[in-house]
Amino acid sequence: MENYTLWKSLLSSGTDIGFFKEFYVYFYQAFIENDRWLQYLQGVGTTLITTAFALILGVVLGVIVASIRTAHDQQRTGHRNIVLGFFNAICKVYVTVIRGTPMMVQMLIMCYVIFSSSRNFTMVGALTLGINSGAYVAEIIRGGLMNLDAGQSEAGRSLGLGYIDTMAYIVIPQAFKAILPALGNEFIVLLKDTSLIAMIGGKELLHAAQNIYGRTYEFMFPLVGIACMYLVLVMIFSWLQGKLERRLRQSER
Amino acid sequence: MNANALISVQDVRKYYNGGKVKALDGISTDILKGEVVAIIGPSGGGKSTFLRTLNLLEEPTDGKIYFEGVDITDPKTNIDLHRRKMGMVFQHFNLFPHMTILRNMTLAPMRVLKKPREEAEATAMKLLERVGLADKAGNYPKQLSGGQQQRVAIVRALCMEPEVMLFDEPTSALDPEMVGEVLDVMKQLASEGMTMVVVTHEMGFAREVASRVLFLADGKLAEEGTPEAIFNNPQSPRLQDFLSKVL
Repeated sequence: MENYTLWKSLLSSGTDIGFFKEFYVYFYQAFIENDRWLQYLQGVGTTLITTAFALILGVVLGVIVASIRTAHDQQRTGHRNIVLGFFNAICKVYVTVIRGTPMMVQMLIMCYVIFSSSRNFTMVGALTLGINSGAYVAEIIRGGLMNLDAGQSEAGRSLGLGYIDTMAYIVIPQAFKAILPALGNEFIVLLKDTSLIAMIGGKELLHAAQNIYGRTYEFMFPLVGIACMYLVLVMIFSWLQGKLERRLRQSER
Repeated sequence: MNANALISVQDVRKYYNGGKVKALDGISTDILKGEVVAIIGPSGGGKSTFLRTLNLLEEPTDGKIYFEGVDITDPKTNIDLHRRKMGMVFQHFNLFPHMTILRNMTLAPMRVLKKPREEAEATAMKLLERVGLADKAGNYPKQLSGGQQQRVAIVRALCMEPEVMLFDEPTSALDPEMVGEVLDVMKQLASEGMTMVVVTHEMGFAREVASRVLFLADGKLAEEGTPEAIFNNPQSPRLQDFLSKVL
């Protein structure tokens, strides 16, 4: 603490105090002074909660949209269901609009147009991320369902199993295994995209860094610092995902 | 339409690309109870498409198919109720890779026929014993050879106690030394009086086991008859040409 005050005043008067002391000063300033590490910690917490919320929303939306789209496309000819056709059209519009416009623009529209009266920017941001992610998850799931060898569902149907049973017992368990890598990738994208919430005032990790460099006018340590934090979070998740994939593959040997 | 027909096919057509490709071009035949019908013919002639229309895996563009007197091509028919009585065996086995052999065999009886687990497993084990694979019950399909997988696929279909068994080139994807073991199971099944429709390239099997042979070429039923008539006394030039190439 005393070292910090002394070295900092030397540094600001232009004295060369050497690399390690200078590093110490900036590090202390970015993370320790005024208990700033607490802000990062809160930021990490918000980032994780936001990611979890957006992920759940994204997966729920994705499963619903993918189910409707797949069920619609796999109808027998002469068995066209009008209600299903209507929902299918809505799903198509949703996927097209979300995938066809930039996330940042969606975020700003949500914040300043749709929820312009809301002050809970983190929540609005999480909602946007979830809705955005849903469109991508839907396409991942649909791809997984469509890509499975048609013989599998034919075998199920030829045994007399209905469409729903065939999906539940035969197609989905196998498709899930196949889409897990893509789904993991989507999760990683989501985790990093939470940083966009800072642009509308959500209090996540990037927001903490902005707050701090706004006071200290020293950019490198807060920014590189949060970059490392994102990296560690993603690496932990990739490791967990790898474990899950290995475990699922074991059941087939 | 023959009143004794288990399956009655009437002028079935299957067109692709709005009629440009005629996979099936007006086929009619009756399949009687206890018959073993072999379907032979050149590739692309419509054999598999025809077989797959029988349980509506392939929906005909036109024509009618009656199973046990019910028009299954009618969109109002609940096809699931009829499919359970038609066992199907595929060229590529199509066992469920994420389930054990036993689970492969008990899934449909438990879900569709609502059999209790013990009963479904007992039936499955009895059938597995019959094809000499009882010791594989706990294994996954990938751990079995092709011939073993196909034998499992056959008994999986038998677990549903079907009225008819449909075979779609059941030995075409097998190594030559495994063809025999699968054909043996099929012969046994035929001798027990099971109604069977078999798309096959095994002319020996067709000649020996079939009660009737259908020759399909260019989507048409070009010739049909007893194995003796088809193999020893072919009438149409198309069939003569085909037999000269495969025999």
